[in-house]
Amino acid sequence: MDFSLMQRVFPFFVEAAFVTIEITALALVLGLAAAALAAAAKMSRSATVRTIGTLYVSLFRGTPCLIQLFVLYFGGPQIGINLEPFAAGVIGLGLNIGAYMAESIRGALVAVDRGQTEAARTIGFSRFQTLRKVVLPQAARLMIRPLGVNTVALLKGSALVSTISVVELTYTAQRFIGSTYKPFEIFGVAALLYMAMVYAVVRVVDLLDKRFAIV
Amino acid sequence: MQGLDFTVVLPYWDLLLIGAWWTALLTVAAGALSFVFGILFAVTVLYAPAMVAYPVRVFMWVFMGTPLLLQLFLIYFGLVQIGIDIPALGAGIVGLGLHFAVYNADVIRAGIVAVDIGQTEGARSIGFGKWQTLRYVVIPQAVRNTAPPIGSNMIALLKESSIVSVIGIAELVHSAQLAISETFRPFEFYVTAAALYYILNLVLEAGLRRFERHVEVSR
Repeated sequence: MDFSLMQRVFPFFVEAAFVTIEITALALVLGLAAAALAAAAKMSRSATVRTIGTLYVSLFRGTPCLIQLFVLYFGGPQIGINLEPFAAGVIGLGLNIGAYMAESIRGALVAVDRGQTEAARTIGFSRFQTLRKVVLPQAARLMIRPLGVNTVALLKGSALVSTISVVELTYTAQRFIGSTYKPFEIFGVAALLYMAMVYAVVRVVDLLDKRFAIV
Repeated sequence: MQGLDFTVVLPYWDLLLIGAWWTALLTVAAGALSFVFGILFAVTVLYAPAMVAYPVRVFMWVFMGTPLLLQLFLIYFGLVQIGIDIPALGAGIVGLGLHFAVYNADVIRAGIVAVDIGQTEGARSIGFGKWQTLRYVVIPQAVRNTAPPIGSNMIALLKESSIVSVIGIAELVHSAQLAISETFRPFEFYVTAAALYYILNLVLEAGLRRFERHVEVSR
């Protein structure tokens, strides 16, 4: 182990880790929005809207994230979508994780006892009021863990954007492996930073889970 | 901006099918490896002396906390550094296999713990050795009970196998890239590749459902 090399490259990796955090955070926001829309669409009364929601979730979960990024970044210009690598990365990762998060959200909504909805409807709540004031508050708690798992997957999956030349942590590691031929040392530094980020996410999820737990 | 024309795919259809075939082989090979090592890791973490169990734990922890892409770089370039010159295909199978072995191990470990202690007691009292109990009584039940989550790991493996194209393995993504380098039609080829992945996914899901029904205990 060449520790002085690890020490020398560390500052570059920290800088790159911030790019990873930035991409993950932006994709998370986009993913949550897409997931909320898709979950709502899948429970809509209109068959057309339901089909759109189902298609989105099925297509994005049924194909590799890497291919989705490639279609968007390399194929995009052919259909008039010209994106910078960073933007393509955020949009691609966000739409991909959104499909998984949609299932997490729907799973939580479905897990709330039917009796709650029936009771709320019986005492005169509208469909929207029932969702907003009765079902969602209960479901929100159940979503925390699965959405947390999705967020960790997104964080690690963000490594994929290195293939469309976004300079983040994995791209930096790859570059340094190529120039130093010390894969173990470089992997060690990058792995340390990834694990620190994953640990941070897990801690936040734990805290949220505890904060909103019943009793 | 050029119009889309999916007929450009037709001359390269054979190339894409060969790629899809290799993706399927890669998934099966890495899947088998991940299953065997998943059981091995799970048993080690639970039963091996701390000297052995602890390093395996750390290994699992590192592989769960870092991206597969990074692990592939480590294995592909790392093995060369320590003098083991295996082809990219070998590195890809080992990388994918180990990555998912860790996830399988996590699931199987929980499955082993969940097998009723009475099963072990029963087996031991009719004279099974420790190892026999594990091999013939506990592990079969643990694997059966964890078939669905292991199945979803296999589906993830199929999709993640696309990543090994970055170390130059000639699978589906690589086939598409080859065709694109000649035709400059990324959209058509990547969408076609996505469709092929989708089909492989459906086939795998159907196979897993049959397998799950097969191992399900009739209650």
